[in-house]
Amino acid sequence: MADIAAPSSIAGTGDSRSSLHKLMQRKSTVAFLMALPLILLITILVAYPAGYAVYLATLNKGMTRFVGFGNFTFLFGRDTFWLVVYQSCLFAITAVIFKALIGFVVAHFVHNIPSKGQRKWRGMLLVPWVIPPAMSTLAWLWLFDPSYSAINYLLQPLGIDRIPWTGEAGWARFSVILVNVWIGSPFFMIMYLAALKSVPEQLYEAAAIDGATWWQRIWYVTLPMMRNIIAITALFSLIVTFANFDIVRVLTAGGPLNSTHIFGTWAFRVGIEGGDIPLGASVSLFMVPILAVAAAFILRDITKRGSEV
Amino acid sequence: MASRKVTRRRFVAGTAALSTAMVAAPFVRGAYAAGKLSLGLWDHWVPGANKASEALIKEWAEKEKVDVTIDYITSQGNKLLLTTAAESQAKSGHDVLSFSTWLPSRYADQLVSMNDVMEPLIKQNGAVNATVEYLGKVDGKWLAVPATIGSQIKGPCSRIDLMKQYAGIDVQAMYPAGAPPKADAWTFDAFLKAAEACQKGGHAFGIGLGTTSDSVDTAGAIFHGFGAQLVNAKGDITVKSDNVRKALDYYKRLMAFLPEDAPAWDDASNNKWLVSGKGALIMNPPSAWAVAKRDAPKVAEQLWTHGFPAGPAGRYAPFLPFFWGTWTFSKNQSAAKSLLVFLSQASSAEKLVAASGGYDLPSFANFTTFKTWAEEVPPKGTLFHYPNPYNHQVLSIAAAPAPHKIAEQIYTQAIMTQMAVRHAKGEAMDKTLDWAGKEIEGFSRN
Repeated sequence: MADIAAPSSIAGTGDSRSSLHKLMQRKSTVAFLMALPLILLITILVAYPAGYAVYLATLNKGMTRFVGFGNFTFLFGRDTFWLVVYQSCLFAITAVIFKALIGFVVAHFVHNIPSKGQRKWRGMLLVPWVIPPAMSTLAWLWLFDPSYSAINYLLQPLGIDRIPWTGEAGWARFSVILVNVWIGSPFFMIMYLAALKSVPEQLYEAAAIDGATWWQRIWYVTLPMMRNIIAITALFSLIVTFANFDIVRVLTAGGPLNSTHIFGTWAFRVGIEGGDIPLGASVSLFMVPILAVAAAFILRDITKRGSEV
Repeated sequence: MASRKVTRRRFVAGTAALSTAMVAAPFVRGAYAAGKLSLGLWDHWVPGANKASEALIKEWAEKEKVDVTIDYITSQGNKLLLTTAAESQAKSGHDVLSFSTWLPSRYADQLVSMNDVMEPLIKQNGAVNATVEYLGKVDGKWLAVPATIGSQIKGPCSRIDLMKQYAGIDVQAMYPAGAPPKADAWTFDAFLKAAEACQKGGHAFGIGLGTTSDSVDTAGAIFHGFGAQLVNAKGDITVKSDNVRKALDYYKRLMAFLPEDAPAWDDASNNKWLVSGKGALIMNPPSAWAVAKRDAPKVAEQLWTHGFPAGPAGRYAPFLPFFWGTWTFSKNQSAAKSLLVFLSQASSAEKLVAASGGYDLPSFANFTTFKTWAEEVPPKGTLFHYPNPYNHQVLSIAAAPAPHKIAEQIYTQAIMTQMAVRHAKGEAMDKTLDWAGKEIEGFSRN
């Protein structure tokens, strides 16, 4: 888009008035002014808290003196911290992979439903995503209840022994990932469905004429056309999943034996519940470099492909 | 006539001096407090209990000509905790705020001294227990006033019938209504045997091993019963002691008779366990009993709240006090103190106890024999021993007597229950102790 001064119908009397007028006529200025409310909102609600978190992370436990990177070096020596790093990565990566796979498969199913009934299916499949996660996780909590699990009740007649959904480290990790996948898959599904709809039908026709199999059509037509969407969706979901709080907080509160804590929940435990706000801020900030590296790689790949096209 | 001109500078200096004097003015009992006062009180879960506190505060406000606003803040979802943290950071908020167990010491530097309130109250109402003093008084300064609302003992609440049937223990005879306890035989060994018998009878004791307060409180009392301290009062880590080993060994044996999923329990799990009729005993204030009265009356008729079993080092029960405190940035400290004195009178405390159905516990020694606890039914006398009327047990808090900043972390990170679960699930004792030692070492940083 060319950012040029639009011709002015009214000539300014003075130089300054004229230049102000010209400035106001610029498309970039108008765009900036229109975006200003959002910029202010982001500054107040995102930039300021983020900056304040950085400031807090440089203070000692009593918040009375500057300790630089002291909190971070302290964290590096804690076993529980590395357990949280491991669990956060396990939680986010596993959940994103499964959400992407399920979203991809379901998007294909929905894409192949005749357009008359498709809207109904799309609506129903989006339900897990549109319910506030704290609420739906509460329902899952009851399904997984240690003593009165409805799922265990249903499994019992099949001869399956009671499963400690939130009582054993392995099962508890499985449970929090399962709920995250359940909530997040519809987002992938709808993004992939939009991407699928934008793939030109002619490419499939050409592939069919060339004798491409079902798998070859997916591999050589669908996937390359969806690459950017897949990458962006994965990145977005990775960030959101890494920063998750509500699912783990409601379902396991980080237990048993800290085996499901992720950055957000552990930061809350240490900072708010434990009263060590600087350390809590440091824990929550630790995910920034991890996500920045992931974002840099994914976005670089997208830019590269964009310039190739 | 001589007139004195008030310059802008003189006016600013004068009002600043007046404001400082008013904020820092010592509390004078009997003086009209006047002005405005905002209160942030814990939102009671017992229906109607807030109305009792509201009526009392209104009565005081009318007498003192104070314009009062009350916010009842729930502890659900840590709302009260977050409000406290936010007010501390913003240095602005309520004039009187409810502080849960560890918060007075956490915000010690930001709280007004209550020595001028507490010293006369103790003279008038009797001493407070050592746990209240440990939590509410630091370096000779009372940081807050123990609140009747929300304070609780988390002792055993047993099923009369099941304990008789499976363990051969008559809890009513052991803790008779209206009479001192006859509980010399109620020891950790007897408790373990009863846990085994009830578990075999299909009604296991419902003791959680999670990271929430109920689980931690029980662990704290059992550790105290063995004289097991993770950190002593000086701040030395004493994890690798014989008493800690004994406590862990006991927990390992006890865990064999608890529900398998106890490590995943939260503070609602034990209540559900008892109210559903599954459990023979839980460690809780009478909230589970109150729910049973409403939802399972047959179960409620069989419930008896009583004392903790005694360990080799004594009989300890978990006590969780709430406090009322005033920030240093509060604008009406004089009125705040006047209100806290009023709420700490016997007549106020009795009304609050009655409105909560006996759940709330005043911390003063002379306030343990209100008629509510003797009269609540069913069955008659079920709450008589709840407020520890004969000082039969030492009221304690997990992680004491460690320095507060360490103790709070031990408590909130549930180090004791985590140790118990680790060891009971097969981890070698020394490995568990090493893990705990390393964790606690991290809590000691400044």
